[in-house]
Amino acid sequence: MTPLHGYLLISALLFAIGLAGAVTRRNSIIVLIGIELMLNAANLNFIAFWRFGPNPEALTGVVFALFSIAVAAAEAAVGLALIISIYRHYKTTDLDRVDSMKG
Amino acid sequence: MTAAFIVICLVILASGIAAMTLRNLVHCALSLSITFAGLAALYLQLDAQFVGFAQILVYVGAVAILIVFAILLTRGSEPGRQSIYSPHWLIGVGIAAVVFAVIGAVILSSKALVRPQAPAPEVGVRQLGDQLMTKYVLPLEVLGLLLTAALIGAVILAMQEGHSKRAGGAE
Repeated sequence: MTPLHGYLLISALLFAIGLAGAVTRRNSIIVLIGIELMLNAANLNFIAFWRFGPNPEALTGVVFALFSIAVAAAEAAVGLALIISIYRHYKTTDLDRVDSMKG
Repeated sequence: MTAAFIVICLVILASGIAAMTLRNLVHCALSLSITFAGLAALYLQLDAQFVGFAQILVYVGAVAILIVFAILLTRGSEPGRQSIYSPHWLIGVGIAAVVFAVIGAVILSSKALVRPQAPAPEVGVRQLGDQLMTKYVLPLEVLGLLLTAALIGAVILAMQEGHSKRAGGAE
């Protein structure tokens, strides 16, 4: 097993943990945390493939990971603002009780 | 497979599982920041220094604080004694396990991944800045636009209701 296998496996495991949390938890903030974990697992893949790729001097993986981090930050900001807005309306962040988009 | 890699992996996995299973939401956010810090350590091990420090700045510094604030602002909704998991949690865990099994099987059976490790590339911040200002300048500008739009959108989403209430009270 090469180091690349190790990095890819840890990334897959982190992705699975985030997915399990995102689909099983009831609190919407924890669901968002799970999505962040999945995004970070993808970032780790970018960096690992860049480092062990045939041409690491090209810097494509690093730039891609940087852009991915920035987009994930924007996603987190908008997601949390949505959750706060939903909380003001429903007085709950429980996803099982937030089941309509109107009223 | 160095000892440092194994230790960092154990920290990442333990804190990731804790972030997904703990009952107290603030504890979840704190374990999440430990996961982010561990990932930054992995980036440093992979010779991507700038991405590692950006990870610490953006995730441990900003996103974790943002999540803690969101948790504190929605504090009244914490479940008392009821379950923190959805009723069909077994199906969700099963789906995640299947996804991991598929990805893991593909990784372990792939022949394309077996290649000699290249020597550590000379990647300074200077080269990265050069690339960002020449080859990737258009994506960088688009990204700045996206961040601005997300910032304005988040502010509008989070403040709308109080604003309309105040306007209603003034009438």
